[in-house]
Amino acid sequence: MPALSFKKSLYELLSSMRFAISLLTVLAIASVIGTVLKQNEPYPNYAIEFGQFWFSMFHTLGLFDVYHSAWFLVILCFLVVSTSLCVLRNTPLMLREMRSFREHAQENSLRHFAHQAEFESPLPGPDLVERLTGYLSGHGFRSRVAQAGENGGDVLVAAKAGSYHRLGYVLTHTAIVVICIGGLIDGNVPLKIEQLLGYKKIETRDIPENQVPPVSRLSPANPSFRGNVTIPEGSSADVVFLNVGPGYLVQDLPFTIMLKRFHIEHYPSGQPKSFASDVVVTDRATGRSFDHTITVNHPLVYKGVAIYQASFEDGGSKLTLDAWNLFAPTAKFDEIHARVNQSLQFSSGRNPSTMEFTDFRALNIENAGNEGNGEPQKSRGLLSDAMGVFGTNAADVGNENLRDLGPSFQYKIRDAQGQATEYNNYMLPIEVAHRWYLMSGMRGSPAEPFRYVRFPLDANSRIDGFMRLRGLLLDKTAYPEIARRFADTALVGGAVSQTLRQKFMDSTVKVLQMFGSLGYEGVARFITQSVPQAEQKKVADTYLRILEGAAFQAYQLSREQAGEPPLKEDGNGEQFVRDSLNAVNDLFFYGAPVYLQLTRYDQIRASGLQLTRSPGKYVVYGGSALLVLGVFAMFYIRERRIWCLVKPQTGRVLFAMSANRKTLDFEREFDIHKQRIAELMKG
Amino acid sequence: MELTQSSGRERGPIMKGFHWFDWVYAALLVGGVAYVFRLYGGTMDGYEKGILLLAASSFAGLGWYWKPVRVLLLAVAGLSLLSIDLYHGQLARAEQVFWLKYLISSQSAIMWMSTLFVMATVAYWIGLLARSEFVGKVASAMTWSAATMGLVGMMVRWYESYLISPDVGHIPLSSLYEVFIVFCIITALLYLFYEQRYQSRQLGAFVLLVVSAAVGFLLWYTFDRHAYGIQPLVPALQSYWMKLHVPANFIGYGAFSMAAMVGVAYLLASKGVLASRLPPLEVLDDVMYKAIAIGFAFFTIATILGAMWAAEAWGGYWSWDPKETWALIVWLNYAAWLHIRLVKGLRGPMLAWWAVVGLFVTAFAFLGVNMFLSGLHSYGSL
Ligand code: HEM
Repeated sequence: MPALSFKKSLYELLSSMRFAISLLTVLAIASVIGTVLKQNEPYPNYAIEFGQFWFSMFHTLGLFDVYHSAWFLVILCFLVVSTSLCVLRNTPLMLREMRSFREHAQENSLRHFAHQAEFESPLPGPDLVERLTGYLSGHGFRSRVAQAGENGGDVLVAAKAGSYHRLGYVLTHTAIVVICIGGLIDGNVPLKIEQLLGYKKIETRDIPENQVPPVSRLSPANPSFRGNVTIPEGSSADVVFLNVGPGYLVQDLPFTIMLKRFHIEHYPSGQPKSFASDVVVTDRATGRSFDHTITVNHPLVYKGVAIYQASFEDGGSKLTLDAWNLFAPTAKFDEIHARVNQSLQFSSGRNPSTMEFTDFRALNIENAGNEGNGEPQKSRGLLSDAMGVFGTNAADVGNENLRDLGPSFQYKIRDAQGQATEYNNYMLPIEVAHRWYLMSGMRGSPAEPFRYVRFPLDANSRIDGFMRLRGLLLDKTAYPEIARRFADTALVGGAVSQTLRQKFMDSTVKVLQMFGSLGYEGVARFITQSVPQAEQKKVADTYLRILEGAAFQAYQLSREQAGEPPLKEDGNGEQFVRDSLNAVNDLFFYGAPVYLQLTRYDQIRASGLQLTRSPGKYVVYGGSALLVLGVFAMFYIRERRIWCLVKPQTGRVLFAMSANRKTLDFEREFDIHKQRIAELMKG
Repeated sequence: MELTQSSGRERGPIMKGFHWFDWVYAALLVGGVAYVFRLYGGTMDGYEKGILLLAASSFAGLGWYWKPVRVLLLAVAGLSLLSIDLYHGQLARAEQVFWLKYLISSQSAIMWMSTLFVMATVAYWIGLLARSEFVGKVASAMTWSAATMGLVGMMVRWYESYLISPDVGHIPLSSLYEVFIVFCIITALLYLFYEQRYQSRQLGAFVLLVVSAAVGFLLWYTFDRHAYGIQPLVPALQSYWMKLHVPANFIGYGAFSMAAMVGVAYLLASKGVLASRLPPLEVLDDVMYKAIAIGFAFFTIATILGAMWAAEAWGGYWSWDPKETWALIVWLNYAAWLHIRLVKGLRGPMLAWWAVVGLFVTAFAFLGVNMFLSGLHSYGSL
């Protein structure tokens, strides 16, 4: 019957070792794919990375979620089937083996054993048998005595030890099956089937949760899920989102979670010590509620749902900002109120733009010793290093230079064409080379590092001084007055002719115009275009000195206008002016019409929680326990058998030994038993 | 090769075989536990008392099963206590007190460990090539001393972490630097165990090569990257599971590395290289199997513990995170190896090659994943 033989050979194949090993290998290789290709990224990312052709190819193969792809699950199922069949096929055999003493072994077959010996003994039969059984039980063997041969009189002592080894096989392989089944339960097979049949549909639109249609929602009774939700402080959630393929599903919860507060503790060195969410959980059925604090490694389990601390982010912190108009030649600002994760419309000139506030951080711990670039310090020479390593306690290495740069916030300015420039501003001044600056970083794309503009602080530790100076330097109508004052201070003493004085003032105004149009770049352009090559360096030096001198006078003028006393020429003011010139220069490349200075904030955090229900967990744990027991039984319980065929007529004893595993230990053990039994037989 | 312990042992009263040193060892263990209870009993909770008793009984069992380990444990305990005593609770004394500065502050002890391991490797090779029993013994002694210094270094490092601040204190199993030390110590101890079991020192030349390579990495990490600082634990690592998961994993890694190096010896010997100096092929094969068996057993436990930890920290016992996945790949690889050897009964160069390749798979799971793939595991990048 061909049908039967096909079934039979299929059975043979599925339960064969070769098939099992092939499955293990394929599984291992498939698993590698999933670690090399980042899994479960948003689909557009893949499309960008691989191009449309490969994207659709990989998509069809399910490579973006290998471990949940149909083919991977099929391999797993094959493994389960193959291992189950293997267990079913071998277990009865193994149990029989375990129980059997094989007391019907024939003399002939014993003589064919690789490990056997024969002794002669003067002792009578019953004595021999007693000695042998005594010896064997003293060595952990259980034995059974049986009549052997047709001629009567012969006695076979059959003994075995370590039978539980066989149980090891049953345990490990059953464990594999149990673990896989547990995994499949949590792999949410029912949901997959519902999806396949069209009862559930993945939602791909970015819409508010309460507008998600029922076909994309799962009831609280759903036995197994794993989803995420982000809750800002003071808000609550009663659903989680399950990421599935290109979209999501909404899982309704049997309770509501309200986040009272999310807090982070830090070690003195600045590293995070704990992340904790104070939540209030309210049962939707009974209305009763309770407080709990969830921390990393300490989830809350309620109604079979485990709630984990997974992440945190800004939950809409309130920021109060001074917006300095960088195009106006006056030092003016508007106070604006913003919230993280929201955006503001504004227009500079005719161009409408949006300001998108993306993040706020209250703490910025940086390693000042490394200048914050994250590069570890290079070796100073092996010997001094070795001395440094010896005798240190490894306790404070790397922590000496940590400092907190204080609060910062990030925002993007997006123009009408959708181009965005990203900014990162610190609230507090930062010390660089013994001087204090307000820092604002900008970058054109997330791949670049921030480049920082440093706004110098004036003698009152405020930014106003700089802003006033900047206003004058950009105000063309002020240039003649600045030039006049500069001439007054620069040309004192020597009698200078009126024409020379006028020339001096003219060039001052010219330099200010050049700088005021495009910063240092403006000055450089003029020089490269209009000055002979040989003169360029000298002229550049002169212009720079004029610019600094004039700017200093401009600063004095701005102070006078603001009703402040003039500055003494003690070097501090000059440095301030030099810093200001650099900052004004940088602003030409700043890309934004405003500088936002953070003055007050009210931090609101959001906690990212992961919620899971995984009934398969306990199945998996049970399977794991079986696995460990089984593995140890298989490796460390050695099954051995000994037969002693006692033939009183001839006074000979045939000794044979076997083990299901031939190892060196077995060889040694055989030698020892052979020796000892030989001695025992001597009488 | 004679059979000293294991199955050939005569049954009889257990106590009969006790040497005076066994009694001293037992007395010191009991005394130590009693002393700790008297000193800290009031402030320990049930878990801590349980762990202390469990630790003491495991040390007793270990010492009984493998005699030389008693000397090791006593030496480690003695030196660590001496070091702690010299500290007087002040970190700065590491650089002031002579014995701390040059011998038993954690960094010094670890440097001594590194030096001794490298010297032992050289000595094993000399012993192997010159067929010198004596040099071989010296090499063993150096390996024992290296393991001692390494363990002292770890103990003192543990203590130092509490001196920084009580909330920073933690068992040193949390950074790449620390686990490399653990790897060196465990691999060396596993080797020493088999060295004694098989009464053969020749394999030290091979096994200690991996240990020396790890020492090389440690030194580079120390001098070039200054990565030896004690860092406080980030929240994800503050877990009891870590203390079990990491050592179990490293017994696995250590055993697999040892198997691979024995595999190298096997391949050389089967080609006739060094064959007359190395133990017979059957012995090499046997050691290789034993190492993979113990590695597989502990790696299984480690992976399960890891899953339980993940269930508590990340919300799922299996997330197909690259590290988890590679652990599975390593596990599957050795499961296949064991099947081929035990079920098919295959022996010979093919299995030795496989064991060597296994080391690369294991090394990728241990280091490569951190360097090249991103995931939830946080020992961080190099
Ligand atoms: C993930 C799947 C599997 C794992 C991890 C696994 C693991 C093991 C281990 C560790 C051993 C121990 C070797 C020993 O000490 O005897 C073993 C033995 C064995 N395995 Fe598997 N196994 C798996 C699947 C299978 C399958 C599917 C079969 C059936 C074809 C199978 C058949 C056997 C047999 C017959 C033995 C020998 C038992 C003995 O004689 O002691 N295994 N397995």
